[in-house]
Amino acid sequence: MMKQLVILSGKGGTGKTTVAAALAHLASRELPVVLADADVDAANLELVLDPVKQEEHGFMGGQVAVIDPEKCTTCGICAEVCRFDAVTPGDEAYRVDPLACEGCASCYYQCPDEAIDLEEQHAGMWFRSDTRFGPLFHAHLFAGQENSGKLVTLVKQQGRLRAVDTGAELLLVDGPPGIGCPVISASAGADMALHVVEPTVSGMHDLERILGTTDHFGVPSLVAINKADLNLARCEGIAAFCAERGVKVVGRIPYDTVVTEAMVHGQPVTDYADGTVTEALGEMWSRIRERLLSGREEQRW
Amino acid sequence: MIITVASGKGGTGKTTVAVNLALSLAAGQESVGSANPLFLDCDVEEPNAALFLKPTIREHREVGQMIPEVDFEKCTYCGRCAEVCQYHAIAVVGEKVLVFPELCHGCGSCTLNCPTEAIHEVLDVIGTIGRGRVDGIEFAQGTLNVGEPMAVPIIRQLKQWVIPPQPGDRLVILDASPGTACPVVESMRGADFVLMVTEPTPFGLHDLRLAVEVARDELGLPVGVVVNRDGVGDQGVDEYCEAEDIPILMRIPLDRRIAEAYSEGTPLVEVLPDYREQFQALYAAIARLVVDRKGARA
Repeated sequence: MMKQLVILSGKGGTGKTTVAAALAHLASRELPVVLADADVDAANLELVLDPVKQEEHGFMGGQVAVIDPEKCTTCGICAEVCRFDAVTPGDEAYRVDPLACEGCASCYYQCPDEAIDLEEQHAGMWFRSDTRFGPLFHAHLFAGQENSGKLVTLVKQQGRLRAVDTGAELLLVDGPPGIGCPVISASAGADMALHVVEPTVSGMHDLERILGTTDHFGVPSLVAINKADLNLARCEGIAAFCAERGVKVVGRIPYDTVVTEAMVHGQPVTDYADGTVTEALGEMWSRIRERLLSGREEQRW
Repeated sequence: MIITVASGKGGTGKTTVAVNLALSLAAGQESVGSANPLFLDCDVEEPNAALFLKPTIREHREVGQMIPEVDFEKCTYCGRCAEVCQYHAIAVVGEKVLVFPELCHGCGSCTLNCPTEAIHEVLDVIGTIGRGRVDGIEFAQGTLNVGEPMAVPIIRQLKQWVIPPQPGDRLVILDASPGTACPVVESMRGADFVLMVTEPTPFGLHDLRLAVEVARDELGLPVGVVVNRDGVGDQGVDEYCEAEDIPILMRIPLDRRIAEAYSEGTPLVEVLPDYREQFQALYAAIARLVVDRKGARA
């Protein structure tokens, strides 16, 4: 039975992608894995997995309104009904700011002169690539586009289909920061979330909110504390908080510049060098594996 | 002057730069001319600036979207509302009308198109906005409720609530969320300058490029860079900025004292007060770039 693990954090830059790349490397040595990068506005997993693109597809996102200047009589109704301040008056015709337009079509229906059309937006690309750890599904949302949640869902579904078709045992999803729409899309259907947190006041604050989010959607959580030795008191504080909430801390990863070095060399840290970081990640993977893939644990959920 | 602090990649130090810029220019400081800066935490999914500034929030407001409510005395179940809704947020099934608030964008099109005026709108609360003050800084923040998907309406309403229509010389600092999608665009819209905080690593550079595409190429705003944790990775960010003619306005070295202060929620300028001057110089450099650009345009 294929399992889906999503790596989240709430706060950005805590090490989600570093952990995801390491887990991809470690897990793929033991079982067949499919990878999905669900951080479509700033996809970084590809930078450390050396992917070779096999497929490339366009992504049609939302639509935006376009006003035909020939037909526009500058009556201004479009600007009146627009709640997103996307329509601005011009001398000859009104115009729509495509970045502000949410494609609601309110102006389209209210325009008395049928001067407005809706145009589908080519909002991004998605890819299937081969990596030495398994197939990677990833995407690129074009600058300033909406609908990142929809593209996240698409990338994840493609990964899921591939995993089911090929009998892979693990779909590993590298999630986006935050708690909003792309995070909710990345977590949907996950068997477990791994939250990567750093021992700071911000990290603690954001962990509470992301745990609230995954709880809300019924996804069980595990926690990894990254740069754990940066502030040992905060680290213990997070561990105590997790214990109180019944959330297991499966790893404490020490701070080490080897993590950045590995990134500069375009490799997962566990593949790049041995040492305390690689050791901590190895132990963490064993704990995750035990909780995620053993039949005994499965029954509890 | 409105400055949005953004980055693309998360955790590069947006909040550190935004908070310390505000503290260094706060009323009572030897400032560069702008008294009483206005600070907006626009990372409504994970707002952290208050952990450092510790403001007293005096006023709260619930915010959300106007979602449809159907008057069944008037509804004829014609289905027009569902037909015009681009988000599938309203559905008519037999003699039932279902509204899905988490899909609704609050555009009001269903209300306008209902032939029997059976729809009115009610507020669906998705978060809060609050404002207050701390040591010469006017502070405001938005907070998305846990489990809610849409950040943009909160950012939009926060800006409308606290930013004066003509800020003029008043310094307004917006701390944006990571990424490059719609919440970031909303935080940048209307700014005079976007300050990108990055780290000199391949991830930092990759996401900086994307954030520059949004701010400079899509929105046409001037941008400048702060390199944080300088010395940690490689030369990619420097090379990119030089090739793209993007000014590097400040460098904050990799320093364990800074990381430790951050971990405790202590602002950098409290631990290392010499940085105040550097942040004031950063502001002066931004102000010059904005003035030069306005001059060049006029």
